[in-house]
Amino acid sequence: MADKIYRVNMKELSFKIEDVPNHWMGLGGRGLTSTIVAAEVDPECHPLGPNNKMVFAPGLLSGTSAANSGRNSLGAKSPLTGGIKESNVGGTIAGIMAKLGVKALIIEGIPEDNSTFYHIHVSRDNVEIVQVPELVGKDNYFVLDSMEKKYSKKVAVMTIGRPGEMKMLVSNISVRDPKGKLRSHGRGGLGAVMGSKKIKCITVDAQNYKEVSYEDSEKFKAASKIFTKALQNNPISGEGLPAFGTNVLVNIVNEAGGLPSRNFRTGNSENAEAICGETMAENIKERGGSTTHGCHSGCVIQCSQTYNDKDGNYLSSGFEYEMIWAFGANLGINDLDLIAKIDALMDDLGLDAIEMGVCLGLAVDASILKFGDGKEAYRLIKDEVAKGTPMGRILGSGTGNLGKLYGLVRVPVVKNQSIPAYEPRAIKGQGITYVTTPMGADHTAGYAVATNILNSGGFVDPLKKDGQVELSRNLQIASAAIDSTGMCIFVAFPALDDPACLPALIDMLNARFGISLTGDDVTNLGKTILKTERAFNLKAGLTSADDRIPEFMKYEALPPHNVKWDFTNEEIDEFWNF
Amino acid sequence: MSENINITLKLFAQYRDGRFKVEKRVYKSGTTPQNIIDELGITKDKLPLGVLMVNSKHEKEEYILQEGDTLALFPKIGGG
Ligand code: SF4
Repeated sequence: MADKIYRVNMKELSFKIEDVPNHWMGLGGRGLTSTIVAAEVDPECHPLGPNNKMVFAPGLLSGTSAANSGRNSLGAKSPLTGGIKESNVGGTIAGIMAKLGVKALIIEGIPEDNSTFYHIHVSRDNVEIVQVPELVGKDNYFVLDSMEKKYSKKVAVMTIGRPGEMKMLVSNISVRDPKGKLRSHGRGGLGAVMGSKKIKCITVDAQNYKEVSYEDSEKFKAASKIFTKALQNNPISGEGLPAFGTNVLVNIVNEAGGLPSRNFRTGNSENAEAICGETMAENIKERGGSTTHGCHSGCVIQCSQTYNDKDGNYLSSGFEYEMIWAFGANLGINDLDLIAKIDALMDDLGLDAIEMGVCLGLAVDASILKFGDGKEAYRLIKDEVAKGTPMGRILGSGTGNLGKLYGLVRVPVVKNQSIPAYEPRAIKGQGITYVTTPMGADHTAGYAVATNILNSGGFVDPLKKDGQVELSRNLQIASAAIDSTGMCIFVAFPALDDPACLPALIDMLNARFGISLTGDDVTNLGKTILKTERAFNLKAGLTSADDRIPEFMKYEALPPHNVKWDFTNEEIDEFWNF
Repeated sequence: MSENINITLKLFAQYRDGRFKVEKRVYKSGTTPQNIIDELGITKDKLPLGVLMVNSKHEKEEYILQEGDTLALFPKIGGG
């Protein structure tokens, strides 16, 4: 049966199942969510008002046997950036939606009675929308438990915690992973959009699906084999990521002088050794736990892990570099176990680790807490943010708003979204990605760190301007296309260095759908997506003046290399010349 | 010109296994990172060199080490 669009109207509490229009047929993941948001959402709408929509779409290869194809995209207008947002996540949702034949799930409108929250359950040819007063005020793991009890252990779940209910800009949407832990549509305050629609959780039936079909299953299998091999043979995706997780980056980024520390005052952290991936892997070995864990079932890289405390009790999983950097280097907590405790708390509440962490780093400048005070950070999240006290609301509004409220100048945001774990002054290609991506400061949009620091896809000197705009542009185009396939972004490492990888990916697409895409088609898809997103932002009122780095980075030199942000506006704007 | 130079060596990720995290060593002047890579037994077939930095900047294997330099060696690693 052909895939369908499932459309839910929260005003009417009704749903429709629609045929996929021809021009959406070849799209999936980010390509589809951004196309639908651009076509159906008024760019000038209030992101938390009745005219914003949430669009969920599995990638083009999700649900297939292709390795690492289980990423799901969510698109909407972001209440944090005021622009378009695509955020993708692992977990079980993408595969299950694809197998049910849900090409996209579009949620529109806001209920007239806003006194309670709803649960949306999607199954084959049906959508139920029921009130769940018993879940109001509860957090993610509680919701997960009650949904597993109601359906089965396999049901796909997306949920928000209390911060999402309160429409906080630091809130995210959490997604169940195969082991019953959480991953998240992290950035851009999308938890607040779900909260505005009064949706507590969305589940997707995992009982009655069909396996996806292939136009040419032999060809698919052959290509899939080559692709899996490319992932396994690559030293990064095959060895480094499984052994150390993404947190292996702490030491190398620190050594390169690009690890933002003390609210972006230096590029080195004295805590690096205490919080690095090597230390984490040692702890895991000593305490039991596991260095490898996949955020979805077809992952052959397994960058995720299970992290226990000294007594061998579970602390956290999916314990990632960004989180550890934000709390360990930028906020200065030198105790990895305490950071893991904060991570688990934030998972349960549904908070964006980057936005919350950078915001707390800035809160040190506002004298709200002291540098390195992990206990107070934990308390602020648990007793203020989660409860929505006035201080919790302030911190829950994100870094940009905190800066405004306290009259601070050193506010590390682009398009009001916090800058992640790579210093733009010392890793200049990454800086170009932060300022130009339509998403606001986002590291995954075009991961120039690969070529600036990690020698993947060649080498472009991170401290010089030369070649950075072109590097970031090429990576952003490729990432937009990869984000449409449902592939995890880490396939980029073999894709950058192994000539067999990308052709195999394209062959899988062709075999799945009986089409004949070329490499150029894929590049053009990436370009079209970026331009569609940019056009939405311009109509929403963002301009080139929003494609800029915070001013303090232009006049404050960052140690140890003592570098400033030195791109001219013309050099940055050249990015869009394609 | 002195005969010997003091170098701080830093190893990361799998390179630490059976070796060390950081050590100060004395080398003859004219020593290159490649000499030290060979001395450490890092070869092309097992965990080939990923990134080499001298004083926090990317350098080539043939660079001539100077007194007081810090040499950092990483296998191929990545994340995001
Ligand atoms: S490599 Fe990591 S992020 Fe990618 S699919 Fe596997 S566990 Fe998820």
